[in-house]
Amino acid sequence: MTAVTLTVNGTERSLDVEPRTLLVHALRDDLGLTGTNVGCDSSSCGACTVLVDGQSAKSCTMFAVQADGADITTIEGVADADGTLHPMQQAFHEHHALQCGYCTPGMVMASISLVEEYPGLDENGVRHGLEGNLCRCTGYQNIVDAVLAAAGSGGD
Amino acid sequence: MIPAAFDYEVAESADHAISLLGEHGDDAKLLAGGHSLIPMMRYRLATPSVLVDVGRLDDLRYIRTGNGSVSIGALTRHSELEHSAALAEACPMLASVAALVGDPAVRHRGTLGGTIAHADPASDLPAAVLALGGTIVAQGPGGSREIAATDFFTGYFESVLADDEMITEVRVPAGSGGWNYQKFNRRAQDWAIVGVAVAGGGSGVSLVNMGSTPIRASGVEAALAGGASAADAAAVAADGLEPPDDLNADAEYRSHLARVLTERALNAAGVA
Repeated sequence: MTAVTLTVNGTERSLDVEPRTLLVHALRDDLGLTGTNVGCDSSSCGACTVLVDGQSAKSCTMFAVQADGADITTIEGVADADGTLHPMQQAFHEHHALQCGYCTPGMVMASISLVEEYPGLDENGVRHGLEGNLCRCTGYQNIVDAVLAAAGSGGD
Repeated sequence: MIPAAFDYEVAESADHAISLLGEHGDDAKLLAGGHSLIPMMRYRLATPSVLVDVGRLDDLRYIRTGNGSVSIGALTRHSELEHSAALAEACPMLASVAALVGDPAVRHRGTLGGTIAHADPASDLPAAVLALGGTIVAQGPGGSREIAATDFFTGYFESVLADDEMITEVRVPAGSGGWNYQKFNRRAQDWAIVGVAVAGGGSGVSLVNMGSTPIRASGVEAALAGGASAADAAAVAADGLEPPDDLNADAEYRSHLARVLTERALNAAGVA
């Protein structure tokens, strides 16, 4: 076992993991943060997207030991303590940007990173930027609208 | 889908990584961004008994320009290539191709040295470095050596790197010349079914996923040097090659794509 210390949603957490433990399993099984989903299990679908040091990453394609010392943000950590939603969550809510909801945590985390990384996104930019996140309900239209609204680039 | 167990070592420096590789032999693998290696480990196509994590070697994350060349540290991430103003100025082709790799989350983790060492014939950046006439700098127990990209790739996921060597830097000439990159795929985020990189107004042409390695299209380059038009040069793009057959495309269709995409890339690079 290897000792790792992660700052998860602002709180320092220490845990002992096997080196082969994937970050998503450390988050879900060791820390009980089950908002991050496992989808394809092969780095294609993006359901497990979290922020590592502020940037989107697929937590199924990273060992927990690689994240030792890193700052991790999961879907549980984006709303304010008083329950006020993150602007991206609020936009998803207002635009009904989900159907079954399985991809939603990953979509929200990828979208937060996307609008930060690419200022002035247009619709095409959002669609390309989210190509690593699959919605099996095919509910992309409202997701794109939500991200555009949160990015301040229109969308209705 | 859980990788086989392995021992984990964190390298404190390139020298340390090389000494760990020497200590553990050919059962050890370097771990950089992990976006090629970890999926292979999850499928148990790779079962290294030791991983040497070089992902924390921040001194190998840099983009330096000058003296007609661009030197890029091996641990530089794709997203850093994509967003580097210095690289966009000095070698716009490499910055643009980096932006086409995978998706943003993949580009946040994947590294230039990692994708070159992985030597996947379907990857974008190895072919770009090949077309640009790049050089790979590899460090081993006896010091560093420079390897021309044209001599680097030897087979499917194989290169001239020794078991105890690691890539520390990738160099490309400054100025991409007339350049273009064509990536043909059917699914967003996927590898190229076929890709074509053109640099230097056609003096460097390379092909993605047309064989067991990234391939320098020397026939196309020779035809252009001999005065052939883009259309005539592109017509020989697949000559003598044995592209793979898979679910995405059979060999004949890949050969067709190589010819069509080569002509498009040459035209877009300003070659008539």
